[in-house]
Amino acid sequence: MSDLLRRASAILRKDLLTELRTRQGISAMLSFAALVLFLFSFAIGPNTALLGQLAGGLIWVAIIFTGTLSLSRAFQTEELAGGIRLLRAYPGDPRAILLGKLAGNLVLLSILEILLFPAAGILFQVDFLPHLGPLLLVAALGTFGFSIVGTFFSALTVHARARELLLPLLLFPALIPVVLGAVGATDEILKGDPLGRLAGWVQLLASYDVILFVVCLWIFPVILEE
Amino acid sequence: MKGQKTLGLVSLVGVGACTIFALFVLPPDRLQGEVQRLLYIHVPIAWVAMLSFFMVFLMSLLYVVQRKLKWDLMALAAVEIGVLCTALTLVLGSIWAKPTWGVWWEWDPRITTTAILLIVYIGYLIVRSMSDDPDQRARWASVIGIIGFVQVPVVYLSVFWWRSLHQPPSSPRSMASAFGTVMLLSFVAYTVAFTYLMIRRYRLAQKELAIEMRGPEEAP
Repeated sequence: MSDLLRRASAILRKDLLTELRTRQGISAMLSFAALVLFLFSFAIGPNTALLGQLAGGLIWVAIIFTGTLSLSRAFQTEELAGGIRLLRAYPGDPRAILLGKLAGNLVLLSILEILLFPAAGILFQVDFLPHLGPLLLVAALGTFGFSIVGTFFSALTVHARARELLLPLLLFPALIPVVLGAVGATDEILKGDPLGRLAGWVQLLASYDVILFVVCLWIFPVILEE
Repeated sequence: MKGQKTLGLVSLVGVGACTIFALFVLPPDRLQGEVQRLLYIHVPIAWVAMLSFFMVFLMSLLYVVQRKLKWDLMALAAVEIGVLCTALTLVLGSIWAKPTWGVWWEWDPRITTTAILLIVYIGYLIVRSMSDDPDQRARWASVIGIIGFVQVPVVYLSVFWWRSLHQPPSSPRSMASAFGTVMLLSFVAYTVAFTYLMIRRYRLAQKELAIEMRGPEEAP
């Protein structure tokens, strides 16, 4: 177990170092997310009350679009340099690769969300600060669910033709519970949970995370074989 | 080969008989009128669709455990039947819903989950077409076959909760005995037809694979 985590953290360290050297990925992600927020505002119109009502949904769609772009990079950079083959050649459980890449995605998405929520709060005139605790929990559960399925499908599609198209095609239907759960929970938090539905959404997100994490971890070695 | 022909004949007679019963023998529904006859096709086809996706799940699991290509070919056969039947279910359901509910589409958890399943398994077929290596293809497909099925209850539940904000989903009415009998017969007939299609598609997939392995020149 500790061996697995040691290997995973080595991969995480390598990915973060590569990212820190260029900072290309994160700056492109942040600009893209900001653009998505602007596009939503343009599409819906300068009606702040309406934008505020839709804020939960808009933020999560922005996170998922941006996250999908960054996911396709996670394994592609490896693929370009032939790194996947090398990673696989190391002894030990290949699941460490999934865990390491998953951790890397979580770090990147957390940075994104720390900046995206305040930006959306300003643009859509929503005050997130009074609800910080529950929002953090929902964001963590939603981001984890997105990252586990996303990292998994990113590894699956990396060798395929037309992978840029293929990844969202496989990923988005699998993410529907995350979208509904995270958006539902965020909306309830912002409204002050008048119907007492928040706990249900959080449970849904948590059970999705657990089920998908177990299944993806179990089956991951199958997609890495050659 | 003989058994296969018999099975085909049985499916044809069974599905044909059910269609004749549904169209001409049974009286029109008291509330819904003639349009209700669609349900004798819609409901068993929806059943076959779900059965197919369950088969895909089983075959994918078997492939992951045993790594025999035959399981992958069976999964492929089941997916193609499943995608066809899911699409038919949605189209027939829409045609039935327009005069009955007044709308083509309703965000009911069952309908929404069915539509999501259709997209998932179309994705499955597209992924297959993206690889030329039979083993790689089988590995990718089996993974999607398993995850696609595992997520069904969670997807259903999430749509159910999302919907409960608006109005409860419609529930099927209980049916009179003659209707129930024909419906039961349809289930049997369509399941037999499913088995027949599975066998035919599986045999075809075997031949396709053999040609792929040998190259077209050497094929008989």
